Amino acid sequence: MSEVQNDVTRFLDRLAERAAARGPEPTWIAARRQAGAARFEAMGFPHRRVEQWKYTDVRAIARGDFALAADGEFSQASAAALTLPIEAHRLTFVDGVYSAALSHLDDLPAGVRLLSLSQALAENHEAVGGPLGRLTGVEFSPFSALNTAFMEEGAVLRLAPGTVVEKPIILQFLSRANAAPVMSHPRILIEAGGRSQATVIEHHVGEVAAANFTNLVEEIMLDRGAILTHYKLQEAPLGDLHVASIQVEQARDSRFTSFNLNLGGGLVRTDLVADLNGQGAETHFNGLFYGQGRQHVDNHTLVNHNAPLTRSSENYKGILDDRAHGVFNGKVIVKRDSQKIEAYQNNANLLLSDRAEIDTKPELEIYADDVKCSHGATTGQLDEEAIYALRTRGIDEQTARGLLTLAFAGEVMEQVDLDAVSERVELAVAGKLPERFNLAGLVEAAVALGEQ
Amino acid sequence: MLEVKDLHVTVEGSEILKGLNLTVKAGEVHAIMGPNGAGKSTLSAVIAGKDGYEVTAGSITFEGRDVLEMEIEERAQAGLLLGFQYPVEIPGVKNIYLLKAALNAQRAARGEGEIPAPEFMKLIKEKVAFMKMDTSFLQRAVNEGFSGGEKKRNEILQMLVLQPKLAMLDEIDSGLDIDAMRVVADGVNSLRAKDRGILLVTHYQRLLDFVVPDKVHVLVDGRIVKSGDAELARELEARGYEWLLEETAA
Repeated sequence: MSEVQNDVTRFLDRLAERAAARGPEPTWIAARRQAGAARFEAMGFPHRRVEQWKYTDVRAIARGDFALAADGEFSQASAAALTLPIEAHRLTFVDGVYSAALSHLDDLPAGVRLLSLSQALAENHEAVGGPLGRLTGVEFSPFSALNTAFMEEGAVLRLAPGTVVEKPIILQFLSRANAAPVMSHPRILIEAGGRSQATVIEHHVGEVAAANFTNLVEEIMLDRGAILTHYKLQEAPLGDLHVASIQVEQARDSRFTSFNLNLGGGLVRTDLVADLNGQGAETHFNGLFYGQGRQHVDNHTLVNHNAPLTRSSENYKGILDDRAHGVFNGKVIVKRDSQKIEAYQNNANLLLSDRAEIDTKPELEIYADDVKCSHGATTGQLDEEAIYALRTRGIDEQTARGLLTLAFAGEVMEQVDLDAVSERVELAVAGKLPERFNLAGLVEAAVALGEQ
Repeated sequence: MLEVKDLHVTVEGSEILKGLNLTVKAGEVHAIMGPNGAGKSTLSAVIAGKDGYEVTAGSITFEGRDVLEMEIEERAQAGLLLGFQYPVEIPGVKNIYLLKAALNAQRAARGEGEIPAPEFMKLIKEKVAFMKMDTSFLQRAVNEGFSGGEKKRNEILQMLVLQPKLAMLDEIDSGLDIDAMRVVADGVNSLRAKDRGILLVTHYQRLLDFVVPDKVHVLVDGRIVKSGDAELARELEARGYEWLLEETAA
């Protein structure tokens, strides 16, 4: 047997073990699992010869031997140190296992259903089976197939029409430093009813020495006029491997805003897809990635303008140091009859080291003739005039460059409404910048001023 | 304090300063006036260390140190600070970052530790209030989206926080309405001290009604052609520069 087959077989063996241990399931789930396993077996792990995976080598995942976590134990104290300090409704998963103890669901407003996938299935599996898999099928990628074969836990959020959720909803994924690495395949389903509004924060974080594999699939459906702000705050330990696909379906006049903030994880691949299916729908993708050491961060985004009068914007910024590798692939497709759409896309990157690498590929496919589209990608240098201005104030050149690098990230963070998130990311970026930039204490001063 | 001797400067091959001499002592306020193109801005740019200016002859010393041998940031750390005619917008860099980084750089150069956070907060809040600015300015990116007047106030704010030994202000009055002019002038006057020199570069006499200089120099065609006291500025206001140009030519 070849090594590649070996890799696939190892995952399928795990699946068989799990199936033997699991009780009976509704037939639709069993059928999906089978389809997922078959698809995964047929495709295997993606190879770099495949265009979608050209710049990302997943051998670290394929060659890993990952068990499934047996429990969701995590000390309250260590969890508290990792949790975002925001008053929120919260579901917590530890290595993919739901932790009721670390979740906070006491004060959910009327019209909001937020529960773990296992609970949702136990309550009414048919209500889950309808929407689940509608956006992200097993054919999307070998990883979505694998997720479908393994899926057991995750989150279900349903917003009744007109519901406005004031507090953010946090889906927290904690990664433990286990004796042997584990994998999880979280599945998230969000159904936002007409004119409902909410903010969802998907937060990946964990113990420093953790080295686990997360393979997440998230499907988001926005009904007419629904407004959803979605954060993916990736602060996982550097040993963690992470693949996620997030697909959004948008009806008329809905608005989706994404903040994809990547600071952690050793290998992170995120696919973000929005289908603008109704007139007036708009989607805004904001991204920031900071790679250092040998981190690899791959962002693949796709916006489908399937209806006229839809709008999209995208702004991704990358900062790469050491031997980090960043990938940005942003694609916009405008269907033939999608007239009067607007689509703007920008990707800017800063390389702080000669050995850091960025592969950036903006793509526009336009089949309509009355559209406003632009795209651009820059891998750049800092503004020399600004460096001079800072130096005339006594700030040495390295610190000036550090300030401007922080500012570069700041342009994305300015769009963030949640201060706790923007401050946390800003502090993290300042802390990650090379010591030669000498920024210690500066950001803290700004945060302190903001708190007064 | 500042001594400029026989300074010759070329920009892109053409000579702008042609043997300029200037001495500023501690406690003095000097104004350099002159028609457009005389080399006023070149003088302050060369002292601050901007690229693109070639000193072909002469010297600049500050407290005995050869300024032309100092890095840009060293000049500022030594207390030689320039307020810009056109302050640069620095998107994303908060004012508070600039102020703290600059202040700590200056302290480090003097061998002092970083300013404690509460002391820093107290200091900047006091200075911001003096410049009649809102504290929200501190959280805004340096000069980004500021009006002309706000930018100039911000330059003076930096001076008030950094307390230079020699403050050079390049056309600090340009683009200011009368109210902003008063605030800026109050800021400059508050900088007057017996151990500090101030060098104002200005085209118009207007500012000098508010900040009365000890010495006024007229810069024409790369040289100082006339020096005097505040009365000279008033004479220039009344008569323009023409008579001086003729006098110089003669």
